[in-house]
Amino acid sequence: MNIKVTVNGTEHSSDVEPRLLLVDFLRSTLKLTGTHVGCDTTSCGVCTVLVDGTPVKSCTYFAVQANDRSITTVEGLKQNGQLAPIQEAFKEHHGLQCGFCTPAMMLVGSALIEENPNPSEDDVRWAISGNLCRCTGYMNIVKSIQAAAEMTNQGASS
Amino acid sequence: MYPAKFHYLAPESLDEALSILAERGDEVKILAGGQSLIPMMKLRFARPSTLMDINRLPDLSSIEVSNGHVRVQALARHADVVRSEVIESENALMASAAPWVADPIVRNLGTVCGSVAHHDPEGDWASVMLALDAEVVARSKEGQAHFHPGADGERSTGGERVVPISQFLIDMFATSLHPTEMVTEIRVPRYKRGGGSYHKLERKIGDYATVGVAAHLELGDDDRISKAGLALTSVAPSNLKVGAAEDVLVGEPPSEELFSEAARMASEACDPASDVRGSAEYKRHVVDVFTQRALAESLEIAQGGRS
Repeated sequence: MNIKVTVNGTEHSSDVEPRLLLVDFLRSTLKLTGTHVGCDTTSCGVCTVLVDGTPVKSCTYFAVQANDRSITTVEGLKQNGQLAPIQEAFKEHHGLQCGFCTPAMMLVGSALIEENPNPSEDDVRWAISGNLCRCTGYMNIVKSIQAAAEMTNQGASS
Repeated sequence: MYPAKFHYLAPESLDEALSILAERGDEVKILAGGQSLIPMMKLRFARPSTLMDINRLPDLSSIEVSNGHVRVQALARHADVVRSEVIESENALMASAAPWVADPIVRNLGTVCGSVAHHDPEGDWASVMLALDAEVVARSKEGQAHFHPGADGERSTGGERVVPISQFLIDMFATSLHPTEMVTEIRVPRYKRGGGSYHKLERKIGDYATVGVAAHLELGDDDRISKAGLALTSVAPSNLKVGAAEDVLVGEPPSEELFSEAARMASEACDPASDVRGSAEYKRHVVDVFTQRALAESLEIAQGGRS
């Protein structure tokens, strides 16, 4: 089946088997390997991408479902060669150790900030509760997302 | 893990979807959120030859009040229920349960109707709907064809069949939905003075319940319990409505003793298995404690005037 999917602002037209999972479409077809595969069973959340702005586990979503939709992966966070606030914040606040869960954490964090510009610590912990960090580095992930919210707000007000 | 091959159809109108089901319903699985179906397909527990994606059907995502019911349509996601002002003001049990379903990302896709139609025996929504005496609305192209006059509480008008939840859920992963039908909405009766609460014990977010208790109470003008709903998750082969405990509650003035009695009956009615989530004895005890808590909270909400 032919699908047209906009990934990080670029439209891709591709012939895919209906059973191709979105995560494999991104990683194998488009060679965007920033989206990771962890448990492959809808549990760990490292394959999370944004579909029309909403976090979705791409191991539990077929590429054909994304036809005519817009996907954001970690590769799409950077804007005009500059790190996005969420990326700056993760760098600044040591929001990663091994880095495996980081792309998903940053995407979920940015979707949260979009919906709730001033998330409390509880809000952040709630939002990332479908994402596992195998280093258990949650303290700094939470800090990073909150810092990114502040940076985003400052950027918006200045 | 990869699903077996399938044909993919993405109809763009309900008519088109129902026509597909009328023609080849036997070979079709309906894809709504897919958060239970796709994992099962990846494990090849499910191997539908055709997958019909209903996510492109218009006007099927609302949560609204009409004709004395709260209506949750087929494409309303768990996350929509979490955020819904209608649910917040209309149905305490649903509002309480929604944030406990799966995890926040799964909730963005998974649907209430899909969860009930899938009928995983450890699903949360089926217990909630059993406690609320919900009705499932099924649509088919031929409409009346599957109407069985005399079937308990079942009725049919136009292309719709309305099935009481207790008639809809047959057994684990089995419902009375016909292959040519699609669940288009679930209806929950509105109430004046009521409250409800879902208590779920889980090892981690996203896990199945170790124990889940769905409670719903309504109070009459005489302050006695006029309606009671109680159903359990993960402590029987399938979601379990505890009718005996509901009967004990109705008509009585609410009290701690009464709730203890209902909780004792619930813990006796359930049939938990000892597994990685806990021993049967432990789960039975949690059913007792959670039932008391859920009923007490339901009462507090009902008395507080929160509907």
